[in-house]
Amino acid sequence: MTAAATALRPARVGRATGRRALPGLGLSLGVTLAWLGLIVLIPLAALAIKPWQIGISGVVAVLLDARVLAAFRLSFGAALLAAIISLPLGLLFAWVITRYRFPGRRLLDALVDLPFALPTAVAGLAMTALLANNGWLGAPLAAAFGWQIAYRPVGVLIALVFVALPFMIRSVEPVLRDLALEGEEAAATLGATRMQTLWRVVLPALAPALITGFGLGFGRAVGEYGSVIFIAGNMPMATEIAPLLIVTKLEQYDDAAAAAIGLAMLVLAFLILLALNLLQRWVRRGRA
Amino acid sequence: MMTRTPLARRGFLAAASTLAAAPALAQSASTLLNVSYDPTREFYRAFNTAFVAHWTSLGQPRPTISTSHGGSGRQARAVIDGLAADVVTLALAYDIDELAERGLIAREWQGRLPENSSPYTSTIVLLVRRGNPKAIRDWGDLLKPGVSIITPNPKTSGGARWNYLALWAWALRQPGGSAATAEQAVTQLFRQVPVLDSGARGSTTTFVQRAQGDVLLSWENEAHLALQEFPQAGLEIVYPSLSILAEPPVAVVDRNVDRRGTRALAEAYLQHLYTPESQRLAATHFYRPRDRAILAEAGTRFPALELVTVQDVFGGWGGAQRTHFNDGGVFDRIYRPGR
Repeated sequence: MTAAATALRPARVGRATGRRALPGLGLSLGVTLAWLGLIVLIPLAALAIKPWQIGISGVVAVLLDARVLAAFRLSFGAALLAAIISLPLGLLFAWVITRYRFPGRRLLDALVDLPFALPTAVAGLAMTALLANNGWLGAPLAAAFGWQIAYRPVGVLIALVFVALPFMIRSVEPVLRDLALEGEEAAATLGATRMQTLWRVVLPALAPALITGFGLGFGRAVGEYGSVIFIAGNMPMATEIAPLLIVTKLEQYDDAAAAAIGLAMLVLAFLILLALNLLQRWVRRGRA
Repeated sequence: MMTRTPLARRGFLAAASTLAAAPALAQSASTLLNVSYDPTREFYRAFNTAFVAHWTSLGQPRPTISTSHGGSGRQARAVIDGLAADVVTLALAYDIDELAERGLIAREWQGRLPENSSPYTSTIVLLVRRGNPKAIRDWGDLLKPGVSIITPNPKTSGGARWNYLALWAWALRQPGGSAATAEQAVTQLFRQVPVLDSGARGSTTTFVQRAQGDVLLSWENEAHLALQEFPQAGLEIVYPSLSILAEPPVAVVDRNVDRRGTRALAEAYLQHLYTPESQRLAATHFYRPRDRAILAEAGTRFPALELVTVQDVFGGWGGAQRTHFNDGGVFDRIYRPGR
């Protein structure tokens, strides 16, 4: 007992003298901050400075342009919707690959990561080829229901679900894996129905991970460019996403307007992610 | 846009390797990057081989020539942002003017090579599906209800700007034609466009492989290429009564060649475009050669049609760009809601 107590001593002493058990905090903190500054803060600062060369009224005019507003509505609306769709789909998928053993499970598991590695343009091209009204899937859908998917907002949504879904699955999966089956069994022995177990035991434990996955998936979807431009049709006021508008402005040599749209996207996305973060903390605190 | 990412990526890799190699090769000056627009890939692939043979036959070390392709505006943008292009071969003079404006190229660039620095020309034609089911003969037929038209976005594509200006020039020429009727015509046309790609190649893909639209507004050479590449599709080229003389210009990027020591190679590369051999090569790739003798040789490959110039109809690119394509211009009005 005393031996254990003394063994713990040095760390406490260390803390008192400003030293840690593990060496190198100062160095690692320095490196971390320098990198963060170099690759995150400096470009963001540049982005934040650039738009104002056209003046506040210029920035406001750019952002209130009907075409820009329509692009924002599409980008943020479709990204939110994609994250919402990914929520149950991702949970279901994660559930299946962690809780069941079946042939091909590992293959399926590996397939989940594919969208992370696949160049998004390849995914976009593939989806467009598939869903255009002469594609394998698009043609029968057009013939049977008169649906057109490619070159419509719904095409954008499908592309965004494709990029957002893996984030949801990979956020939920480790938590689900670590979630002891005993909890569910205990709930069952205490007389909980399966629905109650899911609702009262499993989902609350997963909530923070679900929110993380939602945030990551949303963030990825809102900035997605590569896959969407192929399937979107890129029509102003209808299927033009905000990132495309940024590229278009740049190609028109209008750097300030491009930066203004970029900055607005950044601020909006940041606010949404911040809100999700707060929600997550609130959920965690509720459970603690 | 590109075919699509692989080529974009190849362009990027070429650019990246050029950048990486630049210091070591500055003395031997044996790499050259040509930043070009969308539908020139096939022509420059062939031209590069021919030029390398020509250059080495002069006793020069064998140069490595890379080309990068994409929407003309995007490509000019990349050069402005630091892509170390030795030469630019773009879709329209305006994009090179933007480089000149930023000091990368001398302001009087267009006078440095013959024929306004445009070694070959092209025009805008209408590409329709097998048997021309919508009976499209001229620009006016595009504006009929139920005709769906594919064109890239004039904001980002040089070819699309030529498309737009060709229609405008035609509309002015109609009985009672005025700026107002021309604006109506382009507005009506873009109402009937279901997909706007950012470059000419992307639109060709959308029209041919994705089967969108009834007619593609296309570069003449791109239309011929589509016929060659997809013979089973039965596409047909329709020559309108009047079109625009597209003069895609070329220029040495002064700042980059001086830094990299590649001026001699870059200038020789562009001058070689004017030789009879290269003019013939341009003709086989369906660019109209400037050399009259070779144009005559090509015979019916290039049907005669009335071609107007941007200078004649619009007073040059500066004015055309400001009036039509800049933010708040005529093109933007088309997509303004409530019209």
